[in-house]
Amino acid sequence: MELALNAPQPLFKRLSWFDWLYAALVSAGGLYALSRFGGYMDIYEKGILLVAIPALSVFGWFWKPVRVLMLVVATASLFAMAQYHADLTRMEQAFFLKYLISSQAAIMWMCALFALATLTYWAGLLSRSAFLLKTGTALTWSAVAMGLIGLMVRWYESYLIGVDVGHIPISNLYEVFVLFCLITALLYLYYEARYQNRQLGAFALLVISAAVGFILWYTFDRQAHGIQPLVPALKSWWMKIHVPANFIGYGSFSLAAMLGIAYLLVRRGILATRLPSAEVIDDVMYKLIAIGFVFFTIATILGAMWAAEAWGGYWSWDPKETWALIVWLNYAAWLHIRLVKGLRGPMLAWWAVIGLVVTTFAFLGVNMFLSGLHSYGTL
Amino acid sequence: MTTPSPTSFGRAVFELLSSMRFAISLLSILAIASIIGTVLKQAEPYNNYVIQFGQYWFQFFETLGLYDVYHAAWFLVILTFLVASTSVCISRNAPNFIREMRNFREHVSETSLTAFKHQHETPITQTPEVFAASAQDYLEAQGYKVKNLPRESGVLLAAKIGSGNRVGYLLAHSAIVLICIGGLLDGNLIFKVQQMLGTKKIETRDIPQSQVPAISRLTPANPSFRGSVQIPEGGSADVVFLNVADGYLVQDLPFTVALKQFRIEHYTTGQPKNFESDLVLFDASGKKVKEATISVNHPLVYDGVAIYQASFADGGTRLQLNGWNLLAPTATPFEMKGTIHNSSELRSASGNYTVEFTDFRPFNIENMGSGPAPQDTMSVLGGNPTGKGNKYLHNVGPSFQFKLRDARGQAREFSNYMLPLQLEGRWYMMSGVRDTPNEAFRYLRMPLDAEGKLESFMRLRAALMNPALRPEIAARFAHRALPSQAWNTSLEDKLKRSAEQVLTLFAQGGYQSLGQFIESRVPEKDREKAVSTYLRILELAGFEAWQAANAQAQLPPPSATDASGWLVRDSLNSISDIFVYGAPVYLQLAQYDEVKASGLQLTRSPGQNVVYLGSALLVMGVFFMLFVQERRIWLRIKSGSALFAMSGAKHTLDFENEFTKHKQAVDTLAAR
Ligand code: HEM
Repeated sequence: MELALNAPQPLFKRLSWFDWLYAALVSAGGLYALSRFGGYMDIYEKGILLVAIPALSVFGWFWKPVRVLMLVVATASLFAMAQYHADLTRMEQAFFLKYLISSQAAIMWMCALFALATLTYWAGLLSRSAFLLKTGTALTWSAVAMGLIGLMVRWYESYLIGVDVGHIPISNLYEVFVLFCLITALLYLYYEARYQNRQLGAFALLVISAAVGFILWYTFDRQAHGIQPLVPALKSWWMKIHVPANFIGYGSFSLAAMLGIAYLLVRRGILATRLPSAEVIDDVMYKLIAIGFVFFTIATILGAMWAAEAWGGYWSWDPKETWALIVWLNYAAWLHIRLVKGLRGPMLAWWAVIGLVVTTFAFLGVNMFLSGLHSYGTL
Repeated sequence: MTTPSPTSFGRAVFELLSSMRFAISLLSILAIASIIGTVLKQAEPYNNYVIQFGQYWFQFFETLGLYDVYHAAWFLVILTFLVASTSVCISRNAPNFIREMRNFREHVSETSLTAFKHQHETPITQTPEVFAASAQDYLEAQGYKVKNLPRESGVLLAAKIGSGNRVGYLLAHSAIVLICIGGLLDGNLIFKVQQMLGTKKIETRDIPQSQVPAISRLTPANPSFRGSVQIPEGGSADVVFLNVADGYLVQDLPFTVALKQFRIEHYTTGQPKNFESDLVLFDASGKKVKEATISVNHPLVYDGVAIYQASFADGGTRLQLNGWNLLAPTATPFEMKGTIHNSSELRSASGNYTVEFTDFRPFNIENMGSGPAPQDTMSVLGGNPTGKGNKYLHNVGPSFQFKLRDARGQAREFSNYMLPLQLEGRWYMMSGVRDTPNEAFRYLRMPLDAEGKLESFMRLRAALMNPALRPEIAARFAHRALPSQAWNTSLEDKLKRSAEQVLTLFAQGGYQSLGQFIESRVPEKDREKAVSTYLRILELAGFEAWQAANAQAQLPPPSATDASGWLVRDSLNSISDIFVYGAPVYLQLAQYDEVKASGLQLTRSPGQNVVYLGSALLVMGVFFMLFVQERRIWLRIKSGSALFAMSGAKHTLDFENEFTKHKQAVDTLAAR
């Protein structure tokens, strides 16, 4: 009880030796990359790398499991790169690459694990089995690990194809869908830990599975997984920050929509005894939309700055831009109603669900139905 | 029922503007309005819209300004309302927000505290002062600002935290205003006004920029513009063109841009990797002021004007051509020169033509879409030059496009490849033709001989076209076709005459005239047979024609091989197609000297930094608003008891948790 009286300790004072080791490793890795590849980077890319070091460290300190995740991903990725002997054809021959951690294999594993996690969460939810739910969490973490490894290795592979072809794997629809799965999963896992509550995983994983479905279709029906060289417009350091920021936004909004569905069900008494209370769901939903809104605001601004450099104007009313604005306005309105009018309940939940439709259109529909300056893969 | 006095009316407007309902409606309306411009392709040539919607709806949509929604008056009005509403909202909230931030609400009465939803009373043993001291320590440790106020028979602790939320509100909302203002600065508002006043109007004629009158020109003083211009290598420009509605404006630049060289780098896979332009800038006095290379994502900024690599095109490539006269019985080409974007004269037996050279492509990696083959009986004017169902993209070498305009002004468009293409194992020269731009090209294929040259085909063609040679050809044919005992009989005569007739028909209109002849003369049931005999005659006679032609040109006779057979067959098809080809000549590209042009975009946007400042404020503001929550705590401490009350702007779960935490803390403190 005494604890309640102590002032909350600042993060720094609460760090363990492992925290410091982790930070040390992150810094070592980052600085090594800088010294080894700095020659190929422009000043901005160096800046991004240098900022990434403290960012990743603090991220790991602030949310402990990330430390393990990062170390696992780093080790596996380095192992994979070593397996290549700088020769792409080994993708087919080397055992580990072929079946486990070549980018394509790893991403397929990610898909499988996410699908499995979805089923497990649902089984756990319906059978009220804490064990199954725990398993769901474990599966989701491993899916995230696999996905991250996949992207890391893909990054390396792109340089094996050609030094001038190499680029960060967030440059086409296929790659950003993987990114979407990862970010959405991480966001969910964070709140799962924060609220000590696994039941919502069943809903969170639904939207991820949908994305996984798309990835599979896109891979097998469209052979979209090939690594393509960047079109000139995308050759910019802005991409490295604009795209991830965007997908944190998309991810949060999608999760919020899933929770909206959960909320509506609970309010109708469906699964009510299995899921957390409507208040909790509503609270997480709000938090997600708040996070999403902040990052989406940042992403849109970064996009504008990039556009100013690539297209000669920070705002061209290009369909993708415009739909970003629409999404943004939509959630601005949502926040006003929730926070200023203090409104709660089904109406906002419905709105969050519809928000996903708008967001999905901004993300996919624009590429499918509208033409514009954005050079992302059209379907 | 009294009529509202102006003040109360102003009040009503103020109320409306600053009302949350209005704000939210605005956000929604703006969102919906924005959708229109993404569904309907903006700033297309107006003809496209007319075709798409028909005259009536075209007019209607134009009056609504749907072809440039985001600059339409009504759209600007919505934005203005947003700015107004936000500003009013700020001006309304700011004063008391700022007061609130300072204020500890120390005047709350005890009774009102007891009425709080979040309140809790504990008995205390310490004196009010002692308890207050420890409580104050605790709250300050938790990050609260605390005021210790003596009250009768005790103390009131008034504490608060998270005033940043209010700052956030002010930042974010002023940011919205800033951003909109910045956007307006960069919009074409000034021009719109000038247009309304009639001091400026858009140019719709397609005339040299030097002839564009002052009323359609904008001076270098113009604070903001976004225009584009195409400069050929070695050329320069001191204006850019602003597309407005169905016309354009000419923006005079404060300097001259010259293009030294334009480069396209390619990946090994053939996709473009980078576009680069070497630029030199000269000031009004012609003094070189800057030299730089720009590329996509790497613009050049010079005295407030940013120069971007936007596109590229042909800048007037010089072509050397061999012209083959297709209608005359001659087999030797004439030389001809041409320049892209220029035109040359062409005199021919069938009248005079102008050749308008429209474009040149150093390579064609893409696969031309296959158009439907024309229906004339046996024509092979096929669609896809790289063969049907060939999905694989590969470079088929240079090509050039031109329009051939006859004396009556009728034009047909042609696209000729420089290099031969291999189809079904044989090599052809390809020339595409179409009547309207939205058709796919249909291709004439001319066979190459063993030396990979067109000469044999042309000689054979000339021979077949030449009436003087016909008797001889027919004779050779009949002679060859009949056994020796039938020579010099009436039979040979008959065969000779029919051969001559077939050749004449063919020379008049290819397979078509043969077909018509058969249809008019031969009864239904015998036609099949007739067609095949005629074709047989034609092929054999064709081969004889080739021999005759070679003999005439003192060349060795063609060998009687499969290849020769195919050459004759292909030649016949090709000749027949020439009648629908629609040009008296085939222009073969012999040599070229490429000149590229770089498409630049030049912009001046004074609002940009305002927008960026606004953006920075927006991010900070939104962050504060969403992640800093304002909370207040009161502790009314009397001897024997302490009343703990807490309030927050937003009742989230976090708030509940914090309340319980502090409540327990207070209890523990009290239990000391
Ligand atoms: C694009 C335009 C706008 C955006 C992006 C925006 C954004 C936001 C956000 C994110 C909040 C956070 C909710 C909170 O923490 O309170 C907020 C609050 C608020 N907004 Fe807006 N807003 C916009 C326009 C307006 C307008 C036009 C008004 C005036 C009617 C307005 C009035 C308010 C008020 C009064 C609050 C509550 C402030 C507080 O009590 O903390 N907003 N706004």
